[in-house]
Amino acid sequence: MSLDATTSNRSAADPDQVLAVHGLVKRFGAVTAVDGLDLAQRRGTVLAVLGPNGAGKTTTIEICEGFQRPDAGDVRVLGHRPDARELRPRIGVMPQGGGAYPGVRAGEMLRLVASCARQPLDVDWLLGVLGLTDALRTPYKRLSGGQQQRLSLACAVVGRPELVFLDEPTAGLDPQARRLVWDLVRALRTDGVSVLLTTHLMDEAESLADDVVILDHGRVVATGTPAELTADATDEQRLGFRASPGLPLADLLTRLPGCTAEEPDPGRYVIRGPIGPREVSTVTAWCAERGVLAEELKVVRRSLEDVFLDLTGRELR
Amino acid sequence: MSAETRFAPGTFTPAPGRGRLGRMLAVQTATETKLALRNGEQLLLTLIIPLALLVGLTELPIIDIGTPRVDWVAPRVLALAIMSTAFTSQAISLGFDRRYGVLKRLAATALPRWLLVAGRVLSACCIVVVQLVVLSAVAALLGWSPHLSGLGEAVPLLVLGALAFGALGVLLGGSVRAEITLAVANAVWFVLLLAGGIAVPESSLPAGLATVVDLLPSGALAGGLTDALARGTSPGAGPYLVLLAWTVVPGLIATRTTRLT
Repeated sequence: MSLDATTSNRSAADPDQVLAVHGLVKRFGAVTAVDGLDLAQRRGTVLAVLGPNGAGKTTTIEICEGFQRPDAGDVRVLGHRPDARELRPRIGVMPQGGGAYPGVRAGEMLRLVASCARQPLDVDWLLGVLGLTDALRTPYKRLSGGQQQRLSLACAVVGRPELVFLDEPTAGLDPQARRLVWDLVRALRTDGVSVLLTTHLMDEAESLADDVVILDHGRVVATGTPAELTADATDEQRLGFRASPGLPLADLLTRLPGCTAEEPDPGRYVIRGPIGPREVSTVTAWCAERGVLAEELKVVRRSLEDVFLDLTGRELR
Repeated sequence: MSAETRFAPGTFTPAPGRGRLGRMLAVQTATETKLALRNGEQLLLTLIIPLALLVGLTELPIIDIGTPRVDWVAPRVLALAIMSTAFTSQAISLGFDRRYGVLKRLAATALPRWLLVAGRVLSACCIVVVQLVVLSAVAALLGWSPHLSGLGEAVPLLVLGALAFGALGVLLGGSVRAEITLAVANAVWFVLLLAGGIAVPESSLPAGLATVVDLLPSGALAGGLTDALARGTSPGAGPYLVLLAWTVVPGLIATRTTRLT
């Protein structure tokens, strides 16, 4: 097993890495779900794994959690193989959906999971802070989807782990609950807990993650900090506004050197190029000359969503 | 509310470690037992139907058995109770626990795998004790007077019966989809009740079937308990060997086929 020897040296060389994945491959029959994937996470950071449906996010996270066996490659979690027994108390897991007896009360379930840890968080406090106090005696199957999600999150963190895996932690949550989860992830990070999360929400990744990995077809297509990924090599920005349809854009462009303009939908305009204060006032002045009010005027930088869609395509999966 | 006020710094500072084994086992056993006792369908299977059969078969001369009727009905109802809890109820709850990701959730904690099994076994034992107490008390009210000399054989038979049916329950509930488990576990329960030597004594069954019934866990358990408690005679090694075989073979297969999800 020369592969194991080299990789264990590699992980031993970097104790600051909580997760080291090299050349991970997982096949389901003829389908290759994960295709030679590399991942690394530093201690105390939040790593967001993004990708369209079927990109291999959940498969990857489940292999790291020890629930699925890889077909090839090497995975080290806190320096251990993912199925190592000594790893269990050190990691927290929030699976995608489920994870409780149908008839169990929220309080009973969290108490059961807490009993497995040596120094668990205070169960009543945790239920309260996650807004589950009213649901304490409600059977799991009668909890709302959001309450089930929050209970699952509570189960993941109650044992005070070093590394937490959250598979789509905010899927199906209302905006208040999503803020709460974001606060909790930030608090985990502040306290030195490493968090690996998967998400479909670009603003979630932009707002929480130190590092982002974008997966597609089981491969890493981009990796970096949110700032690095959204930094645009061409420094192109967009200025969008609404006004009456059919404005003569060619005339406007004579005053905006280096820019392009289009009207993708009637009355909606997008100017691309080096947009600065002068360009913005040019546009509003030009509209004013025509007696037109430019509404919803907005300058947008390239968002993570733009990067994501550029990399993974726009067709539905 | 900001993150600072909601979560004081240091709240989540890692302090990983495994809980005490005794406490883990106690909490898991208590949780599973409470769940089983709160579940109406499971109670129907484990207590209501055995009680109804105990009273019905004792009071109504539907099936020709010895007299006093309760002495012959009670051992068979005890066998039914064991089968209901260890096999049918166990298989169904295991099937749905897998479906709902409970086993995965627990496997993701510091709870050792053996403790996961031990908690379920202990919880089933708790239910069996409740069943034995309730059914014996009702049988006593109906005038049950078992041969106390047979208790020495009845207890190991009950334990072996629970193990055999438990192994079969885990084999079924741990390997196939929850809906299939539900259908099969109920069908097997019904077939064994009627034709497996529990409700109908094998002496009333056709000769060919009676031989088969002796080799079934239901027939071995009901027959052995009847010998011990109603006749006051030793059932011999036969029922023990049959139950042992039904424990070991399905148990070994189950260790290979049982999946977390």
